[in-house]
Amino acid sequence: MRKHADLIFQFVSLGALLVALAALAALVFDIVSDGAGRLSLQFLTNIASRNAEDAGVYHALMGSIWVIALTGALALPVGVAAAIYLEEYGSRSRMARFIELNISNLAAVPSIIYGLLGLGLFVRFMGMGQSVMAGAATLALLALPVVILSTREALRTVPSSIREGSYALGATKWQTIWNQVLPMALPGVLTGLILALSRAIGETAPLITIGALTYIPFAPDGIWSKFTVLPIQVFNWVSRPQPEFKANAAAGILVLMVLLLSMNAIAIIVRDRQQRRGRV
Amino acid sequence: MNATPPVPASLAGIAARPGQSAGALEAPVKIGVDKLNFYYGPKRALDGISIEIRANLVTAFIGPSGCGKSTFLRTLNRMNDIIPMTRVEGTVLIDNESIYDPGVDVVQLRRKVGMVFQKSNPFPKSIFENVAYGLRINGLVKSKAEMADRVEESLRQAAIWDEVKDRQHESALALSGGQQQRLCIARALAIRPEILLMDEPASALDPIATQRIEELIYELKKQYTIVIVTHNMQQAARVSDFTAFFWLGRLVEFDRTDRMFTAPAEKLTEDYVTGRCG
Repeated sequence: MRKHADLIFQFVSLGALLVALAALAALVFDIVSDGAGRLSLQFLTNIASRNAEDAGVYHALMGSIWVIALTGALALPVGVAAAIYLEEYGSRSRMARFIELNISNLAAVPSIIYGLLGLGLFVRFMGMGQSVMAGAATLALLALPVVILSTREALRTVPSSIREGSYALGATKWQTIWNQVLPMALPGVLTGLILALSRAIGETAPLITIGALTYIPFAPDGIWSKFTVLPIQVFNWVSRPQPEFKANAAAGILVLMVLLLSMNAIAIIVRDRQQRRGRV
Repeated sequence: MNATPPVPASLAGIAARPGQSAGALEAPVKIGVDKLNFYYGPKRALDGISIEIRANLVTAFIGPSGCGKSTFLRTLNRMNDIIPMTRVEGTVLIDNESIYDPGVDVVQLRRKVGMVFQKSNPFPKSIFENVAYGLRINGLVKSKAEMADRVEESLRQAAIWDEVKDRQHESALALSGGQQQRLCIARALAIRPEILLMDEPASALDPIATQRIEELIYELKKQYTIVIVTHNMQQAARVSDFTAFFWLGRLVEFDRTDRMFTAPAEKLTEDYVTGRCG
């Protein structure tokens, strides 16, 4: 009887996995069949246009790269520093526990709320305007909870014997964290960062809210430049009635997917290299 | 479990006992502990420990698991500070300075009182970097050449130089268990401590690796004051000059090792060293 239950459970799990995979495969197949024909070097280097055949994603692609790079640059140091405080310094204080609870809550807040916050705080109050900086700051807020939570998780996996070994040699707490704990936690930190950025690069709502849904006839040339991003360009095309633009949208999604996959690939390579270091 | 063992009224009586070799007792006191209590939360783990540990000799702590010998060892370099909810009462003097005074710099203390752990814990870096780390963070060397010299000196002292000299930049994790433990000893010696605390340093090693560690302890005591925790009584008898026997958080007996194993004063000690209890 127990053996049967085991077998049934195995099949149910496998079935669940196949449903998820089938959905993904159908989606990818649908997009590829719609958009592959439109993919060309020109599609990557052309700017948005009223003619579907001439339109390309150059501005949106550059905008996405600018925004996501800056988002990572903002979210990584702040997120890691916050996690170090919570995990290593303040883990037993009442305030730290209160902050911790709220960070978990933040991870579940709908992204459009971040957009509204970004609009009020960065665009208006801090006067950043509809710039790459304002977009990246907004997305960094969105990414922070995930970065903090995964960094804490990674810090916790560093064995206490390593910390003790460092303290026993006369290291201060900060020297121990910086030289021993953080390098060992780095693979986990990077995985969390990439997960967070993967979510951020596909976000449309918060960026529309801060005003990135305007026609932008140029690629960003700095962090204070106006910008648009791939998901917004896709959103734009999808809302057009002409079927040619639907093909453009599918091709835009493909570009976004390749960008996402290459980000993940870089993360995996970096992580493996870090892991291999020291354990030849 | 509930039987409270007899505790000697005073340990000052050691010196008065006949048959003690004069040489060992002439060694100056390096660590003096007086009425030390230690608590994990509300639980008292050490109860009124008083002991004098002499310079350039090996002192062994023996006793059954959970008797407080490791906890006591870790109070000597304040390693228990990093465990939350712990508390110390009483005094520990090292070179006549109280190490639990509010003004004491714990980092300086740990430079003076090195430690080797039960489970070898090399950092996941190269062999060289493991030894160089303590020198670097404490700013003890000025040049690359000096660093290389100090690393070599430490590896030689820990009797591992010949095995690793051609692979110093390979991962420390590729070494065998016994080599890793000797590397950890080299790492501890690199910052030139005065006291070396060893918490069951050979308990996870095979007999040959254990023998090498014991030979090493014998060499090292010329320069260092060594305190070693062990649950292996033969090991205590082989390597130490003085032995302290702990039972349920108390120090039952402390004497010269040869006397502890041949003519212990306490019945409980005799039962333990002859294998009748614990």
